[in-house]
Amino acid sequence: MPLPLSDKGILMKKILIVIMVFAVMTGCATATVETDYGKAMLSLLKSEFTSKGPATVERMLNQDEVQKLCSEYPMVRTEEMVSRIQDSQMKTVKFPADGNYLGDWKKGEIIAQNGRGFQSSDPIGGVNGGNCYACHNITKSEISYGNIGPSLNNYIKLHGANDLVIKYTWAKIYNSQAYTACSSMPRFGHSGILDEQQIKDVMALLLDPASPVNR
Amino acid sequence: MKLFITLIFTIFLIYSNTFAVAGNSSTDEIAKYRELLADGNPAELWEMRGEELWKKKIDPKSVSLEQCDLGKGPGIVKGAYVELPRYFNDVNKVMDLEQRLIYCRKNIQGLSHEQAVKIPYGSVGNPSDIEALVSYITAESKGMKMAVSTKHPLEKEAYEVGKRFFFYRAGSHDFSCATCHSADEKRIRLQELPNLLNKADAQKTYTTWPAYRLSQGEVRTMQHRLSDCLRQQRFPEPIYASETITALIMFLAKNAEGGIFDAPALKR
Repeated sequence: MPLPLSDKGILMKKILIVIMVFAVMTGCATATVETDYGKAMLSLLKSEFTSKGPATVERMLNQDEVQKLCSEYPMVRTEEMVSRIQDSQMKTVKFPADGNYLGDWKKGEIIAQNGRGFQSSDPIGGVNGGNCYACHNITKSEISYGNIGPSLNNYIKLHGANDLVIKYTWAKIYNSQAYTACSSMPRFGHSGILDEQQIKDVMALLLDPASPVNR
Repeated sequence: MKLFITLIFTIFLIYSNTFAVAGNSSTDEIAKYRELLADGNPAELWEMRGEELWKKKIDPKSVSLEQCDLGKGPGIVKGAYVELPRYFNDVNKVMDLEQRLIYCRKNIQGLSHEQAVKIPYGSVGNPSDIEALVSYITAESKGMKMAVSTKHPLEKEAYEVGKRFFFYRAGSHDFSCATCHSADEKRIRLQELPNLLNKADAQKTYTTWPAYRLSQGEVRTMQHRLSDCLRQQRFPEPIYASETITALIMFLAKNAEGGIFDAPALKR
């Protein structure tokens, strides 16, 4: 079930989609030529890469539907593509079986700091991190944070902590593209980067009133 | 001498991290070292060794690289790098500098493929001849404008393939090059990310590789830089001097067209 975003967000999206559709229509003329270069690239990828550690050639080559669409249309997408992606990704979200959404924020902080996992230099079967600080401002005490994603500081104050917010946040971490087609954010649950307990811990970092994010 | 310089740089680096934690931008700190060191980039040691290697006659043929054609005619090094990657008639292929060096080491100097690609990335006690040669050759293009061609159909293909690869999202994290490098003023942690689709950013970035890396104590080439990006992108490893990476370099070099080349540079 898609959950509501803020009205402002929806308006922004509508404006963006209109711009995108226009841009796609004007860019159609070049579409037929482009396929050949894509094929040439794929044949190079097949022959020139070797799997190392948890980073495998298979996972690079076997794009899912979303990765394919987002590669082919990196900047502009039609409204139809956007809803196709978001609908299919929403269906992948698995909510916690026991109904408990919040784990331990202290463990969540460790996961948010950890950038390991699935790099060719990482061990196979090691503990993956969420690397949240790479892109988000989260707690006030960590000043080394990136800005690709929005600030998550004061999360409860900004978004509340009601049932809808909790479910939205879970689904966003589990599969970011359920709400934003071709989001830069990894699909942590869907792609098997974080397990259910780890997502609960990251949830607590954002939604536990005792977490430094909210204090 | 080299060890001594490396040690001094390491101390600076530790010093810089202390400042970074205190709240200053790490980029500002690196800018300060550049001022402090003025003309003293350790990369100059790689450039000197590279020039010696370029002119040295080696077995089995007792021939130097001075007859190697980097695109402007046999033995012409000046200005060669700002026009690479380019189409080479003798192989009917587009090559970047590192691929061309391997070609010359094999076909002019008579090295085996294994010998020609040995130690592409050096470490302490295990120096790379390729990094030295690349340092020398690139330094000979300092002050010149980036001017790669996409006129030949294979050059155009390399550019287009590189562009597709730049946007190719895959792997466990759905990352592409574009995830981090297609918007202005973005950061990963405190590290500023160039927008490689923005001309000014692309020029500034492309024209400052290769670079002596303070964190590694070595000069690193464009092939190395892009391989390390791919590692963080959660992609598997490209073979050394691959056509995929040359295509990507072609895309980036074209985006940087007109930028004034200023490397080997000094970086974090």
